Amino acid sequence: MGLFQQLTEKPWLPSPLPLADARAIRLPAARLGLRVFCGVVTVLFFLLLVAYAERMAFEEWRPSAQPWLMWLNTALLLTASAGMQWAVTGVREERIEAVRTGLAGGGLFAVAFLAGQLVAWRQLALMTPFDITNASIAFFYLITALHGLHLLGGLVALGWTATRLQGDPPPAGLRLNVELCAVYWHFLLVVWLVLFGLLFSGNDNLEILLALCGVR
Amino acid sequence: MVERSLGPADIVPPFEVEDVELYHPKSWLTKYVFSQDAKIIAIQYSLTALAIGLVALVLSWLVRLQLGFPDYFTFIDATLYYQFITMHGMIMVIYLLTALFLGGFGNYLIPLMIGARDMVFPYVNMLSYWIYLLAVLVLAASFFTPGGPTGAGWTLYPPQAILAGTPGQESGIVLMLVSLILFIIGFTMGGLNYVVTVLQARARGMTLMRMPLTIWGIFTATVMALLAFPALFVGAVMMLFDKTLGTSFFMPAIVQGGEVMAYGGGSPILFQHLFWFFGHPEVYIVALPAFGIVSDLISTHARRNIFGYRMMVWAIVFIGALSFVVWAHHMYVSGMNPSFGFFFAVTTLIIAVPTAIKVYNWVLTLWRGDIHLTTPMLFALGFIVTFVSGGLTGLFLGNAVVDVPLSDTMFVVAHFHMVMGVAPILVIFGAIYHWYPKMTGRMLGETMGKVHFWTTFLGTYAIFFPMHYLGLLGVPRRYHELGVTSFIPDSAHTLNAFISIAAFIVGAAQILFLFNLVWSWFRGRPAGGNPWRATTLEWQTPETPPAHGNWGKELPVVYRWAYDYSVPGAKLDFVPQNQPTLSGG
Repeated sequence: MGLFQQLTEKPWLPSPLPLADARAIRLPAARLGLRVFCGVVTVLFFLLLVAYAERMAFEEWRPSAQPWLMWLNTALLLTASAGMQWAVTGVREERIEAVRTGLAGGGLFAVAFLAGQLVAWRQLALMTPFDITNASIAFFYLITALHGLHLLGGLVALGWTATRLQGDPPPAGLRLNVELCAVYWHFLLVVWLVLFGLLFSGNDNLEILLALCGVR
Repeated sequence: MVERSLGPADIVPPFEVEDVELYHPKSWLTKYVFSQDAKIIAIQYSLTALAIGLVALVLSWLVRLQLGFPDYFTFIDATLYYQFITMHGMIMVIYLLTALFLGGFGNYLIPLMIGARDMVFPYVNMLSYWIYLLAVLVLAASFFTPGGPTGAGWTLYPPQAILAGTPGQESGIVLMLVSLILFIIGFTMGGLNYVVTVLQARARGMTLMRMPLTIWGIFTATVMALLAFPALFVGAVMMLFDKTLGTSFFMPAIVQGGEVMAYGGGSPILFQHLFWFFGHPEVYIVALPAFGIVSDLISTHARRNIFGYRMMVWAIVFIGALSFVVWAHHMYVSGMNPSFGFFFAVTTLIIAVPTAIKVYNWVLTLWRGDIHLTTPMLFALGFIVTFVSGGLTGLFLGNAVVDVPLSDTMFVVAHFHMVMGVAPILVIFGAIYHWYPKMTGRMLGETMGKVHFWTTFLGTYAIFFPMHYLGLLGVPRRYHELGVTSFIPDSAHTLNAFISIAAFIVGAAQILFLFNLVWSWFRGRPAGGNPWRATTLEWQTPETPPAHGNWGKELPVVYRWAYDYSVPGAKLDFVPQNQPTLSGG
């Protein structure tokens, strides 16, 4: 039964007892939980984006230099996501070695991304003119820090999944965990691509978007 | 509702849930302290919220001491006064009301009312409480730090919130922001649980439209909170950066004491937008669970099915959605474009429509009902009256042209205390009187309850009705001392003294409530499993209080909606949701 049909039921009338499971959404609880969490994180970064745009459109705006390393970091995160997808393919085809390789790759490239972000922080701090009251610089640190913290949380979940790989577990039992890790990696990649594309890959990108919307 | 015959196909064998799905505590510590049982977590949330709420109550007394008798209590200087009002407001809104409705009632009622054994992520649920407790402790710690807690007002508007001259700018504001960030992290963990549990763990036959309105209210409020709290999170983190790292997200160029500060270019209005994008939905995050609970209280104690159930559900969802597009009505005096003011005034007034539908439906449920004036019912009725009077003044303030002269007066204080202070608190009391028997197996003392109700109900009117008049006179809010002001007559000072005395009496009446909670735990009349003869699932548990796992070996199967009261042809005047036929069995 569709959601609309469910919400227009007349529960006070006698009706055949639903024989089927009454769940509105047929997903494992963990998968739905992750989707809800991704929704909350999307709102968080969307609000940061709006705040950035608001400052850019209506207040004094000074573009900042942008570390070239961000391009390499983006490639690292892309590779991490590909590694996780490799693990998903492995778990679906019941190839435990592929799962191990994929998860290890996903984890290591994610750690490399975080390390790269720290180096980019340092690069920006050494560039002149560096002024922390400049909103474009402050937003860079704030947004990359929050994104990094979310990835760090993902690494904890990945570590927990990796502990289950010890011995020779049946891949079917790992499938949900591996898939959820991959979904989260892909999600954080998409978030990063939007943030990087609009904010950190050139000072004009968001400005062009705002101009198209007639705001700036 | 009419009797219908059940065929063999209608009899559904209940699921048997393997006990491995539940975490079984292995020691006293994991059973009662680090518990993963939603019922224990609910009680932990409730007791913590009530404890910090008592602190906020005492702070309100201190505020009223100053306002009622400004010349007598010289220890309350302007610094302390601002710290008192700030902490009172923030504690009441976030740490008491939000935590109690969602963490307290949400945890206790969701699994029981939908026929689940527990929340779907019990471990995360436990973490949620402990992070909430940490947030409360960090907040409380600010009372003991140099400079004391922040006195920036509960809205924490920059730039003044972090500048010298504002009480608590040394460390109080930092602790406040850290505490809010922790609260939001903890809440997100709990909120994920509530949403997924409602969507995934309902008992067989419990369709969405068979859920009690309490669950609809808590569910919708949780979804809203998950979407609104990130705005406060972003605002708090950005302000924390401004305070500790010297960024200028919200800080414009400032000259203080003749010196140019390092800040520059920031936007204080941006904070206001972020704050109120959270702050207005917050009103409904508190109100929607109250709406749901009061619907169930009225239906049960008037022995009538709720009038217009579907409309009630849709109104809850519609109010929840609309509440995200009204935030800037809190900012009419911030210098916004008048066109925006018009837009937000229109959306604000539109929200009155589904709200009014709910009020009419409550009244129509009572119409010709078999009304039992039990303590929970008295509180529910008190809520309807208070919510209507508080809501009507919202129509005044929702209009930009009327709001401008009334802004920053005691009229606003009176309005929001009626609509989101007193009204939800009345529901909380009603709900505690209603569900306490399920939680403890004993009834709360009825006489004490009625004294508590009448003192609280009449007392709060004595406090907040005259406050509207003070506001219309032009008495400003947030003033430590009015002094001699030409447009404020002496009678206003007398009225202030009267309000303060009423506040002390209402506060003292809560001691009776606390005494009742403790006394009844040991000496209350045994309640039995279903003392109110209610239909919803939590009253049908095999044990009272419900045991670990709630339902024994078999989960309940749901055959009907939650409001089969006084059904013609039924043996009793209520038919439980898990009863297959009207005549029982």
